[in-house]
Amino acid sequence: MPPDIEAIAEQVFTALADPTRRAILAALAAGGPATGTDLADRLPITRQAIAKHLALLTEVGLVTAEPGERRRVRYRLRSAPMRMAQQFLAALARDWDGPLAALTEHLDRS
Amino acid sequence: MGFPDRIERTVEVAHAPSKVWAALTTAEGLGAWFGNEASIDLRPGGSAQMKWTEGHTADMRVERVEEPVAFGFTWHIYGLPEEDPRRTYVEFTLEPVGAGTRLTVVETGFAQLPDDAFRTAHDGNTKGWASELGELVAYLDAA
Repeated sequence: MPPDIEAIAEQVFTALADPTRRAILAALAAGGPATGTDLADRLPITRQAIAKHLALLTEVGLVTAEPGERRRVRYRLRSAPMRMAQQFLAALARDWDGPLAALTEHLDRS
Repeated sequence: MGFPDRIERTVEVAHAPSKVWAALTTAEGLGAWFGNEASIDLRPGGSAQMKWTEGHTADMRVERVEEPVAFGFTWHIYGLPEEDPRRTYVEFTLEPVGAGTRLTVVETGFAQLPDDAFRTAHDGNTKGWASELGELVAYLDAA
């Protein structure tokens, strides 16, 4: 197994563990690319805190900065790492116990 | 390494392999215990489908048919976006135990990384609604 999937998934879960970063990611998912100022207007978070979190999110690749002049730089969500995390969740959410219990019950009944 | 790639379960049932085989590989069987409705073309490469009354559908591709020992298929990874090409492989193996059957199900491929995923996970991935909407605009402009 490539070690990268796990590293990427871990970054996503680490990012999502913080309520401020969760709010920023949710705002970008809901409304599309936004500048730090846009986000500060929409969220009850200081511009400084938003800048700090956006820098961190950019560094780990969950958000990407679109080219533009300073203060007008728009940040957008990157979906690829989220898919890696979804893959992890899919494995955890896979339920064979339920269907196998249903199969056993079906065989006993028929 | 915390990323589970392989999920395995074994159950012993008090029924002959032939009966278990029918439950796993016929539309009637699959529609009774797994989905609420099913169809299956039982041959390698054949397609199968299960539907649930709440609206969910699972499309499978039959991969392995060795009656009454092994039945395998691939399907979309539940929870991933519809367009994601990754699929997991599910294999049921049946082993007679006395008058009953030891049934094992193994599902693998949760941790797979397709050729392009590594690239899209690391490069600036601008796909998504923004580019789709851009394509729509271009299409409308051209019309």
